[in-house]
Amino acid sequence: MSELDIVGPQLAILLAAGAVLVWDALLPTQRKALPYIALAGILGAAIWTSTWVIRGDFQTAFDGTFAIDQYAVFFQYVFAGITAIVVIASIDWVDRVGRRQSEYFALVLTASAGLMFLAGARDLITIFLALELSSIPQYILAGWGKDQRSSEAGMKYLLLGAIASALLLYGMALLYGFAGSTLLTDISAAISEHGADNRSLLVVASVLLIAGFGFKMAVVPFQMWVPDVYQGAPTPVAAFLSVGSKAAAFAVVMRLFFEGLGEQFLSNDWAMIFAVIAAVSMTLGNVFAIVQRDIKRMLGYSSIAQAGNFMIGLAAISILGEQFVQGASGVLLFVAAYAFTNLGAFIAVIGISQRIGSDDIADYAGMWRRAPLLALALAICLISLAGIPPTAGFWAKLYVFNAGIQADLVWLVIIGVLNSVISAYYYLAVVRQMFLGEADEEKRLAVSPTVGVALGVATVGVIVFGIIPTPLVDAAREAAAIFAVS
Amino acid sequence: MLTLEHFLTVGALLFCLGLVIALSKRNAIGVLMGIELMLNSVNLTLIAFSRFSDGPAEIAGHAFVAFIITVAAAEAAVALALAVAVYRSRQTVEVDQLDLLKL
Repeated sequence: MSELDIVGPQLAILLAAGAVLVWDALLPTQRKALPYIALAGILGAAIWTSTWVIRGDFQTAFDGTFAIDQYAVFFQYVFAGITAIVVIASIDWVDRVGRRQSEYFALVLTASAGLMFLAGARDLITIFLALELSSIPQYILAGWGKDQRSSEAGMKYLLLGAIASALLLYGMALLYGFAGSTLLTDISAAISEHGADNRSLLVVASVLLIAGFGFKMAVVPFQMWVPDVYQGAPTPVAAFLSVGSKAAAFAVVMRLFFEGLGEQFLSNDWAMIFAVIAAVSMTLGNVFAIVQRDIKRMLGYSSIAQAGNFMIGLAAISILGEQFVQGASGVLLFVAAYAFTNLGAFIAVIGISQRIGSDDIADYAGMWRRAPLLALALAICLISLAGIPPTAGFWAKLYVFNAGIQADLVWLVIIGVLNSVISAYYYLAVVRQMFLGEADEEKRLAVSPTVGVALGVATVGVIVFGIIPTPLVDAAREAAAIFAVS
Repeated sequence: MLTLEHFLTVGALLFCLGLVIALSKRNAIGVLMGIELMLNSVNLTLIAFSRFSDGPAEIAGHAFVAFIITVAAAEAAVALALAVAVYRSRQTVEVDQLDLLKL
């Protein structure tokens, strides 16, 4: 019973997923209630997570394969927030599509439960299962739209995702063969005992693991699916993919690499891999983003560049070793800030694109006069993505770059700062288009209230944490502290 | 006498073959078959490791394989459903002809 208690948040969400399906089958005329059932499940999960914070009694369950600790709690809040905002932002869109609404919400909830399991997974089998529990619903969701582009996006996402899973599994098989156990703690013990003699095997395994998770994080060279899928998938789904799976992949990479493969002689090897990936991802992502005319593709490339920024933090942590907490809390802060900023940007795109029927950046001209609030919110989110104060994105970048400098990765930080300048160019180009461009028509856009609520929550979050970052910084530091002991 | 190395060599070869197939095939179903080959080579590797180790570690490898088989089946089901959806609208599942999503 106590073990079910530990996975309570995930169970609450899965229960809501089932309830949504049953409700639709029993009361097909009452479809309007479906998203609110989903939201109730997410709220239940958040409350359950909060009871863990209050109880303060963190522990592992299922023979050490799953843990509830500050780190897992931090990410469970992030995922609950992401899923809630995505569900609210989808209400209007799902209503318009008008088919299989219950399945849509059930799949979003299932994927979200998978993300939450990932945050606490401490065993290779659990990590793999949680990853697939979140991935398979996302493949289906990417192919959810009626048009050809959507099914094409789903197909591409699935095939490339499955190749990435296979690479990941081979890496896991090698680790299992080396350590004789799938538990991260056992792997770590085996590495410190006789890891030095098997260095090449461990390096091969880590490269395979990075390849598998790199796909989910969307870093170069595993990024080719991102622009296609973001453009083709329905926009609410693209919003979910761009933050959910990316945040989860970073969560599990930090746990896997620092709890399982954290031995110093090994971490220096992959710190260099992370640093190179970071530099290449930021540069390529930004350069390609400049030339995009479709705003969803532009956000896709920008998310590749943002993943590069996360990687600076990961590289810094690997080198810092003992002063680990600083770099780790930087990454966590970045994950949370990025999640809400990028969600906000995508939701504003949902609101605007649905009304004007186009994703073309040129059609955003003069949006300030046609939909002032949407334009303002989108502008705030883009400014936060560029890392300009007073937004959450500024603090996130500051902490990650600071960690990079502490770790003597000055060259990487310089590349990062230069890339921030490049990214500001294309983010602000959209803002300029909206505020200074001439609109073809002056007709005001009606904004659905649900999109407005979702956008309001995300944007207010970006501003509030930009002005008062301390609570988020403290939470990130506390969550990162669990690694310092081990 | 078969040793662990034999199994691992076969597993690695199968994995590389599967990867080459998955990356070079143009038909989506072909890519899927390459992926299945990769997953099964992982299964072979895991089973070999657990067969040649003693103690409680043995069970973990077997359990892992059982989960991989299940997940692979679920993934294949979704992949084929998406292939049918793509085929209905485009009359093709050649990956290089799926090029609606471009700049």
